[in-house]
Amino acid sequence: MGTYIVKRFIQGVVVLLAASMICFGIFQYSGDPALNMVGQYATFQEINEVRESLGLDKPVYIQYGKWLVNALQGNFGVSYRSRVPALGLILERFPATFELVSIAVFMAFCIGVSLGVVVALKPNALVNRIIMAGSLGGISIPTFLIGTVLIMIFAAYLEVLPAFGRGDTIQIGFWRTGLLTVSGWKHLILPATTLVMYQLAVLLRLTRAGMREVLTEDYIKTAWSKGLAPKTVIFKHALRNVLIPVVTITGLQFGELIAFSLITETIFQWPGMGNLLLTSIYETDQSVIVTYIMIAAVIIISANIIVDILYAVINPKVRYE
Amino acid sequence: MSKKQFKSKILHGFLHDPSALLGSMILVVFILAAIFAPWITPQDPYDLTKVSLEHFLTPPIWMDGGVSPYLLGTDDQGRCILSTIIYGCRTSLIVATGVVLIAGSFGILIGLLSGYYGGLLDAVSMRVADTFYSFSTTLWAILFLGIFQGGSIIVVIIAICIAGWVKYGRTMRGSVLEIKDSAYIMAAKATGASDFRLLFKHLLPNAMPPIFVIIAVDLAVVIMLEATLSFLGVGVPLTEPSLGMMVAIGKNYVYAGMWWMIIFPGTALVLLVVGINLFSDWLREELNPKIER
Repeated sequence: MGTYIVKRFIQGVVVLLAASMICFGIFQYSGDPALNMVGQYATFQEINEVRESLGLDKPVYIQYGKWLVNALQGNFGVSYRSRVPALGLILERFPATFELVSIAVFMAFCIGVSLGVVVALKPNALVNRIIMAGSLGGISIPTFLIGTVLIMIFAAYLEVLPAFGRGDTIQIGFWRTGLLTVSGWKHLILPATTLVMYQLAVLLRLTRAGMREVLTEDYIKTAWSKGLAPKTVIFKHALRNVLIPVVTITGLQFGELIAFSLITETIFQWPGMGNLLLTSIYETDQSVIVTYIMIAAVIIISANIIVDILYAVINPKVRYE
Repeated sequence: MSKKQFKSKILHGFLHDPSALLGSMILVVFILAAIFAPWITPQDPYDLTKVSLEHFLTPPIWMDGGVSPYLLGTDDQGRCILSTIIYGCRTSLIVATGVVLIAGSFGILIGLLSGYYGGLLDAVSMRVADTFYSFSTTLWAILFLGIFQGGSIIVVIIAICIAGWVKYGRTMRGSVLEIKDSAYIMAAKATGASDFRLLFKHLLPNAMPPIFVIIAVDLAVVIMLEATLSFLGVGVPLTEPSLGMMVAIGKNYVYAGMWWMIIFPGTALVLLVVGINLFSDWLREELNPKIER
């Protein structure tokens, strides 16, 4: 297990290096940040001065080398736009994203898996058919549409829930939380619901499909015929095996989750990392973009490693050599 | 079971599954509308000589202030919403087909080769696939388009293909690994068939069934992704119709109570995706021998 984690860690570092190189490669073909900063009425000399001050006049491999050396010391450069360190800018927004995403994932997992089990046990009951139809809606309505319609109904027509921002927050050390105020929770409802929908539907459908397959297996028939309690058969024998692919896919979809949270944050003006990334993309703020990608990669890689460990916990057959 | 019997069993199952029938009917209607768009729409919304700013932000025709021939009303540029929806579906279907063709062929090729030859090629291509996949297709597309600042439908297709090929590659590889040691492949090898013949004549057709399911699912995913990218403003350019962009325009007027600018394009998008998903659900269950029906 230990060697396996070290191996995965080295793999992760390679991915980080590759991702950062790709970024620098693409930047060569994107808009000129210096031009963006000085505005369209600047003289050539002014543009060149800004370019020089950012080190953009050097060839790309020198720029990359310099960035790498600094990044290894924890210095990811300064945001071209706001002139503060990019890493600090993003980390400051991390709590907002983390609170939104973790609450959404937790809800999606609990509701999705339990509904999936219920539906698989009696696939033809009317209620369960309605749940399945609803789950089809969940995977067929894109996140941005759910968010927009929720804003239309609950913020514009009924005027019961706020549609923008995070509400009142409380600072605890470096962590700014919105979970300790009523206004914070109110602001969380619409974005969290938006983010939950797709994940919930996917988990429900995965669990249902897995349960339907497993319930026909011989060992489940044996368990029933031994006269075990339904609870034991369903949760201990069947669900445990179904959860293996469910957990794997949840882990693999972590990148997708980050992307969906980016969309949700943009719709609701949620002051998180994803919202910042999109603004930085519009403004060609390259150091913020690279730093964001590095942080996203670290999160995704750690999520994958954690899922692999969970995998071994759920399934005793798995041995990592 | 002979091939003919198998085919007729599938056809029978299809004709007796209401949701599969409904799904494919929806899909056919959308495809026909997209093909014949210039002849069935009241207005070409992207022909500037046909659009007049005189009738902008009008409600649907049955509401107060509705103007003929704008059945579902107009947007802030005076474009007929119904016509824009139909042209928008055209964009959706073009992007989806393009991605399935490009990402599909590339992924299938990679999967076929790495499954058959294994070794270094397999190790490298699957690691690359992992890297692309873990970042997710959506994130790659947003980053690529955001940094390149969009351009055209082709650029959107390429952006989605960057990580979109991985599903095809992995599925194909798994499928090839499953059948490559079977007796008929051995027999073909024993007759001295060339690698090319083995790969494309024997392995490819027999490894395809799981790919069909992936294609069906992917069509829906890509249509939603294109709409999402256009909604975020990094997708197709402003001069091209897109359902996602229509919703984004509608969102600007959400507090003005102009629900039709969001609900109509949104409904069209969801209907199209539901149609494809109903069909792909049926296909998945049909091709999965493990589920008792």
